[in-house]
Amino acid sequence: MTAPKTLYDKIWDAHVVSEDNDGTALLYIDRHLIHEVTSPQAFEGLRQAGRRVHAPDKTIAVPDHNVPTTLDRTDGIISNEESRIQLDALDKNARDFGVHYYPVDDVRQGIVHIVGPEQGWTLPGMTVVCGDSHTATHGAFGALAHGIGTSEVEHVLATQTLIQQKSKNMKVEITGKLRPGVTAKDITLAVIGETGTAGGTGYVIEYCGEAIRDLSMEGRMTVCNMAIEGGARAGLIAPDETTFEYVEGRPHAPKGAQWETALEWWKTLYSDDDAHFDKVLVLKGEDIAPVVTWGTSPEDVLPITAYVPAPEDFEGGKVDAAARSLDYMGLTPGTKLTDIVINTVFIGSCTNGRIEDLRAAAEIVKGKKVAEGVRALVVPGSGLVRAQAEDEGLGKIFTEAGFEWRLAGCSMCLAMNDDQLAPGDRSASTSNRNFEGRQGKGGRTHLVSPVMAAAAAITGHLTDVRDLM
Amino acid sequence: MDKFIKITGVAAPIPLINIDTDMIIPKLFLKTIKRSGLGVHLFDEMRYNDDGSEKPEFVLNQPAYRNAEIVVAGDNFGCGSSREHAPWAIKDFGIKCVISTSFADIFFNNCFKNGILPITLPQEQVDVLMKDAEKGANARMTIDLETQEITTSDGDVIKFNVDDFKKHCLLEGLDDIGLTMEKTDSISKFETMAASARPWV
Repeated sequence: MTAPKTLYDKIWDAHVVSEDNDGTALLYIDRHLIHEVTSPQAFEGLRQAGRRVHAPDKTIAVPDHNVPTTLDRTDGIISNEESRIQLDALDKNARDFGVHYYPVDDVRQGIVHIVGPEQGWTLPGMTVVCGDSHTATHGAFGALAHGIGTSEVEHVLATQTLIQQKSKNMKVEITGKLRPGVTAKDITLAVIGETGTAGGTGYVIEYCGEAIRDLSMEGRMTVCNMAIEGGARAGLIAPDETTFEYVEGRPHAPKGAQWETALEWWKTLYSDDDAHFDKVLVLKGEDIAPVVTWGTSPEDVLPITAYVPAPEDFEGGKVDAAARSLDYMGLTPGTKLTDIVINTVFIGSCTNGRIEDLRAAAEIVKGKKVAEGVRALVVPGSGLVRAQAEDEGLGKIFTEAGFEWRLAGCSMCLAMNDDQLAPGDRSASTSNRNFEGRQGKGGRTHLVSPVMAAAAAITGHLTDVRDLM
Repeated sequence: MDKFIKITGVAAPIPLINIDTDMIIPKLFLKTIKRSGLGVHLFDEMRYNDDGSEKPEFVLNQPAYRNAEIVVAGDNFGCGSSREHAPWAIKDFGIKCVISTSFADIFFNNCFKNGILPITLPQEQVDVLMKDAEKGANARMTIDLETQEITTSDGDVIKFNVDDFKKHCLLEGLDDIGLTMEKTDSISKFETMAASARPWV
């Protein structure tokens, strides 16, 4: 009898090409996603060494970080010269090396982590990498997915493998049901609030429990997306009927007899009963409230009903860090979080730019108006999400309420394009990082769920969405 | 890749925790399609005023630390984005070794691909090195990868751990891709097996 294995163990074992005595393994990569920011130097390296892309059929390129999201982008005008050069480089590299490619003017273009699952490139049991930390998103399918640096991008392009050391196993169980107004985003932020941003370092997290099982694929992607914010190499959720239903019929999902064979294997992808986890965290779903970040680290999480903390509420290095965060955020300890006035709302990103996120936000917004003085953006995660949202009448709900209804891209999540906060701007944002300057130099970010962002847009301050439901 | 064998140099103390890759190299410098030239933008927002002048209080702007080759930093260094621009900027500035209580996973791996040695030590030992680094230009530390020893300016020796394979690659300046390409046969064999076991991939 073989020893019980975790889901991570099973996927790992299925992809080891070779292993050295010290545990260093060569791992085969099933899907390699690339975007314009972290790939040009890798392709340059290939060219200099006279190497080819080992498996162009398993390589998928999408421009997302730099692309403008304004409706006039189809005119081909990109104001920033460096952005244009980077996008042109991806275009040339994708065509020269013959990889799958969704250019800016393709309706399927979008944020790489939204396009991959949408097109059926991401499947259970796969290894998926991308030169982007939010590759963790794909773990929602029970795929081992993580971010890599550009040198590793070049390594995968050249060999379709990665040199890896196995991580430890961590289990995060969310028991019971979520309360109304509480979403996948609140789960993932609440977990980071518990573990801290380094709590997952060295681990692959498997999320499980009733509250996770109850989530749609969109919600599961939101949870896994931010595993990296907790320091974990990857987040995983065992595939189940919800997963199979989402995958079936997607353009690159297996069909016919292959579907049946695949399904048979996918159904074995779960952690065995007695599998060993090096660390376990259990949270009760009903204890999780709608949350918001107050500081400049994703671990700075509080329920929306709380107050801005003081540096002395913390210990060790966190005392100075909290003081620095409060100064940057322009916040006074003791302020009620719901009294914090915002002037920008961003709904989008690989964390929360999927159709379900837009539906949930539109539900709150419907029939209301964006507060005076608030700039509110909705940026669908892909062209297909945008099209579907328009079919469902969501685009109209947003525009009638006074939101800007944009084309797909990373947009204000990281401010590498024209969508940025100005110094002193304060946003309620559905993105994943509240670092200093993340959404624009001097900009202040409060991370929230789509419904919480929608609520803030209506009232003009951080708001407990349950008051609007 | 440049080799890392042994260095003796000034260590800059940066006692902040959670130094993220946006702080190490802000996104506006990610638009380059080259690996070089990022050192001038290292820690840009902490290092420069809006008008481009230097913030004198920032450690790397102080005369003692302008040529620092080592950084001693707070917990969870390099968290956030996977951008290899962070280690490229660090290396381009001239820093070859970063010491902390912990590193974010992707940043940690990226360092080794660029001839930078990240060293993880317990808090007490990082505290000792932080104090030593605060002494300035006359306090030079030695990092010896071969013996896995840090020697402080006072002559105290602190041992550190490093993965054998990564150590070997740094000492020899080996290119990972070249090493893996020697295993082409194993990769082909795996692909044949996987094509029959999981033909849908």
